[in-house]
Amino acid sequence: MRIRTAGVVAVLGLALAASGCGGSDDDSSAPAAKESAGATGGKLVIWADDKRTAALKPFAESFGQANGVTVEVQAVSKDLQTTFVTASQQGSGPDVVVGAHDWIGNLVQNGAIDPVQLAADQKSGFNETAVKAVTFNGQLYGVPYAMENLALIRNTELAPEAPKTIEDLVAAGKKLKADKKASEILCLQSGQNGDAYHIYPLYTSAGGYLFGTAANGDYDPKDLGVGKPESIAAFQKIAKLGEKGEGALKRSITGENSIATFTGKKCAFLVSGPWAIADAKKANIAYDISPVPGFAGGKEAQPFVGVQAFYVAAKGKNKALAQEFVANYTTKPDLAVALYNAEPRPPALTAALDQVKGSDPDLAKFTEAGRNGQVLPAIPAMAAIWDPFGKAEAAIIGGADPAKTITAAGKTISGQIK
Amino acid sequence: MSTKLSGPGSTRTPGRGPAGPGLPRTARTARHHAPITATGLAVKVVLLGLVAGIALWAAFPLVEAEKWVGLALLAATTAGLFYLYLTPRHIPAKYLVPGTLFLIAFQVFPVLYTASTAFTNFGDGHRGSKDEAIVAIQSSSVQQVPGSTEYALSVATAGDPATGALVFLVTDPATGVVSAGDADGLRRLDPADVTVGSGGKVTAADGYTVLNFGQASARSQEITDLVVPTTGGALRSSGLSRAYEGRAIRAYDAGCDCVTDSESGKRWTADEKTGSFVAADGERLAQGWQVNVGLENFSRVLTDPNISGPFFGTLLWNFAFAIGSTGFTFLLGMAIALALHSPRMRGTNLYRVLLILPYAMPSFAMLLVWRDMFNTDFGLVNNLFGLGVDWFGEAWSARAAVLLVQLWLGYPYMFLVATGALQAIPKELTEATSVDGASPWQSFRAVTLPLLLVALSPLLIASFAYNFNNINAIWLTTEGGPFPADNPRNGATDLLITYTYRLAFGAQGAEFGTAAAVSIFIFAIVATVSAISFRNTRKQEEVYS
Repeated sequence: MRIRTAGVVAVLGLALAASGCGGSDDDSSAPAAKESAGATGGKLVIWADDKRTAALKPFAESFGQANGVTVEVQAVSKDLQTTFVTASQQGSGPDVVVGAHDWIGNLVQNGAIDPVQLAADQKSGFNETAVKAVTFNGQLYGVPYAMENLALIRNTELAPEAPKTIEDLVAAGKKLKADKKASEILCLQSGQNGDAYHIYPLYTSAGGYLFGTAANGDYDPKDLGVGKPESIAAFQKIAKLGEKGEGALKRSITGENSIATFTGKKCAFLVSGPWAIADAKKANIAYDISPVPGFAGGKEAQPFVGVQAFYVAAKGKNKALAQEFVANYTTKPDLAVALYNAEPRPPALTAALDQVKGSDPDLAKFTEAGRNGQVLPAIPAMAAIWDPFGKAEAAIIGGADPAKTITAAGKTISGQIK
Repeated sequence: MSTKLSGPGSTRTPGRGPAGPGLPRTARTARHHAPITATGLAVKVVLLGLVAGIALWAAFPLVEAEKWVGLALLAATTAGLFYLYLTPRHIPAKYLVPGTLFLIAFQVFPVLYTASTAFTNFGDGHRGSKDEAIVAIQSSSVQQVPGSTEYALSVATAGDPATGALVFLVTDPATGVVSAGDADGLRRLDPADVTVGSGGKVTAADGYTVLNFGQASARSQEITDLVVPTTGGALRSSGLSRAYEGRAIRAYDAGCDCVTDSESGKRWTADEKTGSFVAADGERLAQGWQVNVGLENFSRVLTDPNISGPFFGTLLWNFAFAIGSTGFTFLLGMAIALALHSPRMRGTNLYRVLLILPYAMPSFAMLLVWRDMFNTDFGLVNNLFGLGVDWFGEAWSARAAVLLVQLWLGYPYMFLVATGALQAIPKELTEATSVDGASPWQSFRAVTLPLLLVALSPLLIASFAYNFNNINAIWLTTEGGPFPADNPRNGATDLLITYTYRLAFGAQGAEFGTAAAVSIFIFAIVATVSAISFRNTRKQEEVYS
């Protein structure tokens, strides 16, 4: 009896071993299964993050039903971009992927997405900045559906007036702190490793820039602004707001606690995007939205404008259908409105924005705050910026010497750009 | 160990020594003549059938991808397995082979794969093959001819929907003229022969079968590949309902192994060393391919001052971290275990439950909680003790904080294993020492601790190896920070593994080749340390036994 059990265990183990072995020997079993499904009829696979998956599903289904094809929307909750690049390289990726426009440079250099051809009248239906954002090397690589940018969200009970300059804001915040009405001057997230995205409006207002622009309007990776005198001057201004200066910028305010601190009424001013509004509403805060103020006498504070878009996978199984879905279906306002309802970010389609603007005054204010924003660079070189720039920012906020720090960051970044 | 203590003379446990010559033979003969039961046979048939099924399932994709080496391996493995379990011989192999296969699949293969990656420039922009890069360059350079017409498109076939030759039926929106296009070019169709729908799309045409989306998407690849030559460029499909006139601006020429831009006349020549197309002015195309770079990754780790400088500093802290987290948790765990082991202790069960609590919480979540607790302004630690310490902002306080968190997360485990080991130490021994007049401390030093160490040393080594690569502990609390103001690559609490992770998957884009090279260094270090410590453990056992 004992021997027989052992034998069974051994054979079971062997079966498992064989399956494990088979699995490691090949990485293309999944696409084979998909292909056979594709041969029987059309099948479109869309990858999106959790939130958007729910909003996309009904539309994908109606697209499928109207056209006699199967549409599958799959949620990829973590690292969608890297998962997509790896999967499409192995041939097991989707046909359509939904993501931020600053992925484009990386997706193109890895040959993961194809350009999308839109007719002139389709293009003109979109916000100009949004179209510019998804254009890379003169080609349109995705169809935008939503835009987002930072703005100053303020607690109107604590601060009834929108500050005109960052100095006004600091003065107002300090007064609130002295009156014990708030414990922080400004909730602008930095964390120990900095946050290039959130500091960018102040950086531009103080005269700094990331990349110059090439003749065709694209960002030019050869003209790096970090480490240049302008950037040093900018960070000298920012350092004055830091922990050793006014104390308005602090490393203890992180991405995790900045919105909670604002909704907990511990600070009157929050620099954040449309995603913070839901929390503010939940916490019953009387709030208003205005552009991020710049330094007195400085330039205008320009936040990054990011765009969410649909892309056609270059190695999808069903590219013709994917092109049809992205170019001719996602360009319709209904889908943009539904995605807005799933998460309130201003739609990139002008018609859709007009539809929802009436019921949501915040949208117009965010759009206004991003009117002079800069398109978040999509060039692959941008990947080299985030980490060093953020860490330099954190060091300077903590009291490090701006000139030395930012020069070193500029060197690191230019060393990374190939 | 207990057998050793039971009798000084018995160095051999019964049954483990060389058995008499007759014994195994009888066992083997008995096995040969063991009755073959119906259940046993059925199980064997089912499981071997499963093996065959899995092999077949794995074979098709391999054939499709033309991976003949993989297929040969698969066939050999399956045949070997069938032989092994159908023959009554090779009894030990029957038990060893499954484990060995797992070992090869999940240990040896990944290590070899990592090693081979370390010799390439695998990473963002260099992921695929050269052919893939060329396809990507050409297809992403197709541009709409300025001012050209956008056509309404219907995909049709001349004959059967599934196999007939594909034809684009396009309608000019301005004139309403319908044409049929294939690889030979555009042909005007007689308006009497076609029915045009509301959106300008052809819904029916004599001699053609108009495909619906389902039928068309089954032939997706052919539709994407079909280009209808025109005077200005070529008519291509944009989805299934529109066609545009486009032109591929960049083309690859195998003759010069280069890519030329027909608009600007610029030329990028293939550089096999870096795996990219480079122009005379140094500009390179974004889409590159994977090439073998030899020892470059390794030499970069050793010679690039940006990598090698921090590498050795990090290595030092890495050792301190692994030794510190293992040592402190062991000391605290053992101390508590000793206290609870004392017969005078009351309510030990309650204490045990409370002590194991940190162990029961998911460490992933607890690390994040601790990170927030160490926040300078909002953290519990500073608020509770009225401190203003910038915990994660200064190198030494960050290191201390990380070790404190490790201590909290790790001591319950050490407490558990120490409790278990203490129970295995016979009471008679400590009683004997007290009879001999030894103080409790002396008896602990001379008897309990050595016996504990013999039992726990392998666990301590394993714990050391685990903590040496404990990416969660660092990544979820400090992310390797704080970083020196002038060096964003390498922080004060960075372990080699977090440093490698940043290199491979960090914000600046994936560099799998370099990361694999660093991984090999880490592997070598951990393997050496473990080998030396295990050797010492063996010596220790000899001393104490």
